[in-house]
Amino acid sequence: MSTATLAPPATRGLVEITKVRKSFGATEVLQGITLTVEPGGVTVIVGPSGSGKSTLLRTINHLEKVDGGFIAIDGELVGYRVRGNRLHELREKDILQQRTEIGMVFQNFNLFPHLTALENVAEAPVVAQRPGKPRPSKAEARERGLELLDRVGLKDRAGAYPRQLSGGQQQRVAIARALALDPKILLFDEPTSALDPELVNEVLDVIRELAKSGTTLIIVTHEMGFARDVADTVVFMDQGQIVEQGAPKDIFTNPQEERTRSFFSKVIEPAFNI
Amino acid sequence: MSSAATTVPQSAPEPASAAPGVAQGAGPDARQSAGQGAAEASAAPAGITAGPEPETGTAAAGAAGPSGGVPASRKPAADYADYPLVPAPRPWRWVGTAVVALGVAAVAWSLATNPRWEWGVVAQWFTAQSVINGLVETLKLTAISGVLGFVLGFILALMRLSSSPLLLSVSWTFSWIFRSTPLLVQMLLWYNLGYLYEKISLGIPFTDVRFFEVQTTTLISQFAAAVLGLTLNQAAYSAEIIRGGILSVDQGQLEAAAALGIPAWRRSTRIVLPQAMRAILPNAFNEIIGLVKGTSIVYVLAYSELFYTVQVIYNRTQQVLPLLLVATLWYVVITSVLSVFQYYIERHYSKGAVRTLPLTPLQKARKFFATHAPVRSLR
Repeated sequence: MSTATLAPPATRGLVEITKVRKSFGATEVLQGITLTVEPGGVTVIVGPSGSGKSTLLRTINHLEKVDGGFIAIDGELVGYRVRGNRLHELREKDILQQRTEIGMVFQNFNLFPHLTALENVAEAPVVAQRPGKPRPSKAEARERGLELLDRVGLKDRAGAYPRQLSGGQQQRVAIARALALDPKILLFDEPTSALDPELVNEVLDVIRELAKSGTTLIIVTHEMGFARDVADTVVFMDQGQIVEQGAPKDIFTNPQEERTRSFFSKVIEPAFNI
Repeated sequence: MSSAATTVPQSAPEPASAAPGVAQGAGPDARQSAGQGAAEASAAPAGITAGPEPETGTAAAGAAGPSGGVPASRKPAADYADYPLVPAPRPWRWVGTAVVALGVAAVAWSLATNPRWEWGVVAQWFTAQSVINGLVETLKLTAISGVLGFVLGFILALMRLSSSPLLLSVSWTFSWIFRSTPLLVQMLLWYNLGYLYEKISLGIPFTDVRFFEVQTTTLISQFAAAVLGLTLNQAAYSAEIIRGGILSVDQGQLEAAAALGIPAWRRSTRIVLPQAMRAILPNAFNEIIGLVKGTSIVYVLAYSELFYTVQVIYNRTQQVLPLLLVATLWYVVITSVLSVFQYYIERHYSKGAVRTLPLTPLQKARKFFATHAPVRSLR
């Protein structure tokens, strides 16, 4: 914990992924991934399905335990603590504290269906332990929740249950819910893949706004046009490995690797020729 | 009604102003706009839009002849808003209703007129003090074993879902044993525990240290044996129901809660259980209703709950059927009250799971009378 508070504000949200491996049964989904995500930047991870993008994202907030390698956020290991020359597994309570600094937005929203939009947003701040931050009262959390719903353009739907909202609206509530804990890092796991095409833009617009806010964003997506627009760095993954990474204009217009080229030739054209 | 219905599709494809021309001057006028008019005319009787160009103008004019009367009924669709709506005839529904009503009436008649039901005796005993005492005992047994059973069942369900192999297998074995043996046998076994173990003591296992020791027969009264038997049996069944409910909640819900840093206890009580309740409640009420009547098995321990009480009475008065009817009616009353609770509790937990909450019976009745007004229209 102490490293996070001592770190200068400029390094808020630095993610260092080192030689991370993860297997599900016999398939090795991540085969030694090493990646540095600069604080305050927007990193977009693209690649064919099954390439390990989502798994990598889920290891960052320890929803998925790594089999090898390690991940550090602002120099602090995720899920482990170094004592002497041993790695101690963190207790559930400490892992939960770490997670409050890493917001996550899921492909199928995972809003709590029995709670209203506002209750979804205001639930975690009241009950979650956050390092160095006092827990707000219920009233304060609601007020802040309304502000966040306003920010995603849904203040007037605060009392609606998720099933009464469209997919795009649900995902915007989910983004507000992730923002409620003031995370350093926001993870987006294919945030528009479960949406009808005409609802995709309302969600992307909200993410575009967030990109200007200085929060570190890591986004897994299939929206190549959006990736080119918003990303500082584009990472192309295939078969559990990072094939290539760089600025979007380099990656999209002048990919160095054959695998990157053949992937983009399949997915980019429809997105760019509009 | 039928003629109005068939004109609706016709008015759509054709402009209304073209209609009189076709109708009045079937011969020469139609020829002026041969292609167009013919297409309209041939469309009219069939009620569908015309295909390709018609073959000749005269053939088209001939076709227009018989349909000369139709255009008069063509009106803008908005006008039908004032027409009264006639419901579709459903003769078989009426036949079914009549047959069932007849059957119900026959049963009611026989219940009312057959003197052997001895309704007078039923009424006399229904609120007798001894019966009421028995009823209270039944309710007590149900409440205590129901609550304890579900609490224990909840713990067993959590054990079953835990990743510890020992907890898991103990929970599994518990359910296996108590679901595989008849409740009657369990009950008698608990009552006769004193035969197997003379004394029950609390101490440190495998040493001589005893904090507390008591004769089994004084500890296990009829009531204790009844509660023990019903509770353990209930726990075995409710554990499965609760486990099923928890499993029915989407895995993503737990992930989202974990990602938000919500503590484990809060995750269960605020996120998982309220959603699991939708799957748990119908089965849980089934179990509780079963338990209400299941308490009657306690009569084998000569414990004076409702069923044992009426047995004692009819053994003395020989009015067997009327007294069984007294007990039955009370069971029906309890179950009915529980069903009402069930309805409202289930409604409470369906918040968010359905777009709009189902109406309460009262709201339904109001809506019925509002929408079954004597004359309806599509206004």
